[in-house]
Amino acid sequence: MSKPIKILTGLRDWIDARFPLMKIWNEHLAQYYCPKNFNFWYFFGSLALLVLVIQILTGIWLTMNYKPSAEEAFASVEYIMRDVNWGWLIRYMHSTGASAFFIVIYLHMFRALLYGSYKKPRELLWLSGMAIYLLLMGEAFFGYLLPWGQMSYWGAQVIISLFGALPIIGDDLSLWIRGDFVVSDVTLNRFFSLHVIAFPLLILGLVGFHILALHEVGSNNPDGVEIKKNKNAEGIPLDGIPFHPYYTVKDIVGAVVFLIFFFAVVFFMPEVKVPGTQGLFLESANFIQANPLQTPEHIAPVWYFTPFYAILRAVPSQLGGVIAMGLAVNLFLLLPWLDRSPVKSFRYRGRNYRIALTLFVISFLFLGWLGLQVVTPLYTWLARFFSVVYFLFFFLMPFYTASDKDKVVPDRVTD
Amino acid sequence: MDTHKLLNNIVLIFFLMFSVESFATADLKLMHMKVDLSDQESLQRGAKVFINYCLSCHSAAYMRYNRMGADLSISDSVLKENLMFGAEKVGDVMSISMRKEDSINYFGVVPPDLSVIARSRGPDWLYTYFHTFYEDDSRPFGVNNLAYKDTAMPHVLWELQGIQRLASKESIAAVYYDPSYKDFLELVSPGTQTQEEYDRTIRDLVNYLVYIGEPIKLKRTKMGIWVMFYLFILLLITYMLKKDYWKDIH
Repeated sequence: MSKPIKILTGLRDWIDARFPLMKIWNEHLAQYYCPKNFNFWYFFGSLALLVLVIQILTGIWLTMNYKPSAEEAFASVEYIMRDVNWGWLIRYMHSTGASAFFIVIYLHMFRALLYGSYKKPRELLWLSGMAIYLLLMGEAFFGYLLPWGQMSYWGAQVIISLFGALPIIGDDLSLWIRGDFVVSDVTLNRFFSLHVIAFPLLILGLVGFHILALHEVGSNNPDGVEIKKNKNAEGIPLDGIPFHPYYTVKDIVGAVVFLIFFFAVVFFMPEVKVPGTQGLFLESANFIQANPLQTPEHIAPVWYFTPFYAILRAVPSQLGGVIAMGLAVNLFLLLPWLDRSPVKSFRYRGRNYRIALTLFVISFLFLGWLGLQVVTPLYTWLARFFSVVYFLFFFLMPFYTASDKDKVVPDRVTD
Repeated sequence: MDTHKLLNNIVLIFFLMFSVESFATADLKLMHMKVDLSDQESLQRGAKVFINYCLSCHSAAYMRYNRMGADLSISDSVLKENLMFGAEKVGDVMSISMRKEDSINYFGVVPPDLSVIARSRGPDWLYTYFHTFYEDDSRPFGVNNLAYKDTAMPHVLWELQGIQRLASKESIAAVYYDPSYKDFLELVSPGTQTQEEYDRTIRDLVNYLVYIGEPIKLKRTKMGIWVMFYLFILLLITYMLKKDYWKDIH
């Protein structure tokens, strides 16, 4: 053994005698056995982690120059864009990262719907993931106020006022969130605090929980077969391969492909100006400084909230809309118990679930598009129709999954 | 495989529905202009128009003179002699000396800062706006605008463009000015520039406004090409690495 290697091994052993270094390395990487048949949909977990790191790092550097005050916030963002070295790149990475986070998380969740990854024994894994998703929505909402543009301001105004629709506590609750009678400097300051400290801490903690829960029960796979049921003499799953090096090298390829898309947006189209929109990632109205006296003609939330926004607008009463929206977000939590099918992967499920899932995805996408549009009677009726489909996916799930003609699930993974 | 079929159907249905709806949003009819940030002379001419005509009432408070100088190849001495009125140092931002109370007295509003106006309004809107001032005696400054009805701004460039008036009143609410509606606005008295020259002036100005909206835009896409180049090579290497590790699996 060469001398440097000897020193490093010695150091490792010194640490290992005092801290479970090799134990953690083995349990979570080198001897964590994953099904060998992960496909495209299994990249999004590690990609979510990558985006989290991007957001935290760029966020730290943005915070060095951002000023959380109503007087200075808008100007400080332009200062970052112009006078801070590489500030524009850091800012665009952060704004692109926000949308990328939701794209990755939605695809990650869709994977769970495809392959039944929320089903026993992974209920807690699913619930912790949902908690991360809900926190992420809060994190994005707080962060969107910080540039202090017109859309920041009025978007926050509208969303906070939704809490005012709740009976009895509504007005006091929205006052408590804002800390003022309108969105103001006070609101900006507390949103800044929540955005850079409170929520990132909670998200990091829950991500740790999520990964521990995953490694306890083991990963699901596209066949929905439990690989732990077939082990060799040493107790290693026959269809399992160690996460490191196999999935580390594979996930690195996924990460590079992701970064190609990510940086294509950052460098070539940071606003993502799709015709008919104000810009999906950066809205043009947000380049006008917040003005409490002037309401913009058309207030639309950022794209990742629009499916729920469309549901909100589809319900005639405001309270009803708020309840429907809250329900739409939170119904995912019940999936492990609504789904009565013994089969996990949709590969072996009957026709009912396949049709239901297809309709659900169409409704979700369509509601997302409708949420970006100015309300017209036709759009309102379309939103109502797709809202009903959206809710029926959940409400009817116990029935159509129980009566589904599922196929025989193989004992081992198939590819 | 079934997954792919399902996905294909979802994507297909989504886009079919998407395309059906796309015509419904065409309520704003704007003249279109192609922004060309690679034309440095145009940006320099635009800077001159901007500083001579806009920068007395409007500020560009996030834009520094020497940043513009560096980006548009204008030396500090030329900046100082020809382009900086009322600013001391080349590192100063483009602020104005007009006080807010005064501008409210003159115009009824505070003229907005123009640093990021091209990012909020968009180049087509600005291009249409500068083309569609017309005579309207009911307005304080005697002009109105098709892109921005009852605008508080006087037609600062009237000397160059001349004076236009509405040609057919029926269509005022129907469509904005468009080159194909030649009879819609007509030139009553010509300005110092021909219509082609004025159009070029406006293109220069809008180009310039797009530039100050995001100065890094001049370099950002060029850098992006190198980043893509690097990432594709990295992709090749990491993919080969993955292939090598995975050759004994299955």
